Amino acid sequence: MPFWACVAGTLMIACERRNTAIPVHFGYGRTATEKEIATKAIAIRPDGKGLPAGSGTVQNGALIYAAKCASCHGTTGVEGPYNILVAPDTVDAPPFDQAPKRVKAIGNYWPYATTIFDYVRRAMPFNAPGSLSDNEVYSVTAWLLHANKLIGADAVINAKTLPGIVMPARRYYVTDSRKGGDGPYE
Amino acid sequence: MSQKMTRRRLLLGGAATAAVALVKSSFGKMVQTGIPETAFDPTKQVGPLPGVLGTRSPFEHPQRKPSLTSSQTPLQDLYGMITPSDLHFERHHAGVPAIDPNSYELMIHGMVDRPTVFSLADLKRFPSVSRICFIECSGNFRKPDKESITPQDICGLTSQSEWTGVMLSTLFREVGVNPKATWFLAEGSDAAVMTRSIPVSKGWEDAMIVYAQNGEAIRPQQGYPARLLLPGWEGNTSVKWIRRIELSDGPFMTREETSKYTEPVKDGKIRQFSFTMDARSIITYPAYPAQLEKGWVEIRGLAWSGRGKIRQVEVSTDAGKTWNAARLQEPVLDKAHTYFRYLWQWNGDTTAIMSRAIDETGYVQPGLQELIAARGIGTGYHLNPVTAWLIKRDGQVVYSPEKWK
Ligand code: HEC
Repeated sequence: MPFWACVAGTLMIACERRNTAIPVHFGYGRTATEKEIATKAIAIRPDGKGLPAGSGTVQNGALIYAAKCASCHGTTGVEGPYNILVAPDTVDAPPFDQAPKRVKAIGNYWPYATTIFDYVRRAMPFNAPGSLSDNEVYSVTAWLLHANKLIGADAVINAKTLPGIVMPARRYYVTDSRKGGDGPYE
Repeated sequence: MSQKMTRRRLLLGGAATAAVALVKSSFGKMVQTGIPETAFDPTKQVGPLPGVLGTRSPFEHPQRKPSLTSSQTPLQDLYGMITPSDLHFERHHAGVPAIDPNSYELMIHGMVDRPTVFSLADLKRFPSVSRICFIECSGNFRKPDKESITPQDICGLTSQSEWTGVMLSTLFREVGVNPKATWFLAEGSDAAVMTRSIPVSKGWEDAMIVYAQNGEAIRPQQGYPARLLLPGWEGNTSVKWIRRIELSDGPFMTREETSKYTEPVKDGKIRQFSFTMDARSIITYPAYPAQLEKGWVEIRGLAWSGRGKIRQVEVSTDAGKTWNAARLQEPVLDKAHTYFRYLWQWNGDTTAIMSRAIDETGYVQPGLQELIAARGIGTGYHLNPVTAWLIKRDGQVVYSPEKWK
């Protein structure tokens, strides 16, 4: 109902009902402050946006990994008992769709290096999530990348270098195209 | 022991002596051996008086089946389209967080005009909506291995509730989402601070922030005090215990949309953002461990699709040679479990029975071999094959495992 119809007085009730039906803005809630956004917005994007200051090295990462991760993921990242973090093969091994037993890990399956930082900082170590400093997360990320043969032993990982690491599995990623209907199964 | 005490207290009520006799005989053996007719006559004894909470009959024991990471709904023990809240499946990545509703907050920020923090009370003030829909984990599948597995084992990671909350579109308008925002991040407040990236279009279409399940506050295991609800999409995206939504111009590539919840498909490809749950159905009766007798049998089950309504369910009682339409229980809802029934006379011969769902897009639930042919033997997630139950000559009903090849 256009505004002039209301003014003209025709179907006034319908107009009013409509105008009160869905206010664009209810005014509930409070404004989020810059500060609380900055502390709570911890997600890291693949372009590196959100990565904090600080940095880490493979050497420091090795120490942190041995102390805080190895008990669950194995001394070299392949022994378990929980998720295998170091790929036992390279991205060119027989493709996953033909190899049901092939282990999926950072080096052969993860498409973005930034995901390692984001995930470890929020969720690991499993028994003390959120307990690592940003520098420790950078270091253990460096160690994981090195153990997966993606960076050299003396690489430094920080907000600049991490998003630049090209993950070999990325080129295999495709976006879902299933649509339902009676076409061929996908 | 504590369970015994509880039941005792429940049953005792005002009629102590006679009820104790019932409690005693009901422990362990009652169902198997039956009670002598004279053991207890409920018409001769006043029962427990009204209490503060209802209880299940002590004769009924529907139970979820928990593993370290999930807990499955006992589909074979249920009758209608709604899953009792305490039997809703569970899947989470770092346990169930304890959240105080008085300090709960949902922050919406990023590409919005008015970054806003909502309390639970704020969320409840908005116009509310209720809808019935299923939530299914995209890992809801078990590789065929043995005969002695139940519907719960095969696809117990799907459940259905009536959900109540506020449309996410209402909140999007409230904060003024920038038209250039294409994705949003949904973040939980569990110990995994679990995150998923969701296209903004789903937010405008039918996403909700829900705080109630089947008429009461949502259960902790389902996301108390509030969760995201994305009807028809893989359960992991309906982020529980939601604390933050960040509008953005691209996906965040979180661990749950890269390392997990992606599936290998043909030519070495890895399929990502496979949100929608394809149509599926399963016969929940008769199914293992049911025992059939010759004569009329009402075959019953559930069918659902993440793409809309179920149009038809077909049942085969001759191992897939011929198919007949089952009756659908009304109401048939969008993206919802739909109960179906098919009356059949079993003549005592060995056979296999199975169902297939057809949704309103015309999609027909595939067989396992069709899925493997389309995606490869190394695929995972989003497996929705037709499930067959073998009926043996002695009436034993068992799962009929197909080869994974
Ligand atoms: C107490 C055991 C435990 C410890 C200690 C632990 N983790 Fe984990 N980790 C797990 C479990 C369990 C999972 C799987 C969680 C899930 O699937 O939700 C996991 C998953 C991961 C993953 C994702 C794997 C994948 O394939 O998606 C990474 C990366 C990881 N951990 C890194 C670390 C790092 C780095 C540390 C040390 C700082 C660490 N973990 C310490 C138990 C542990």
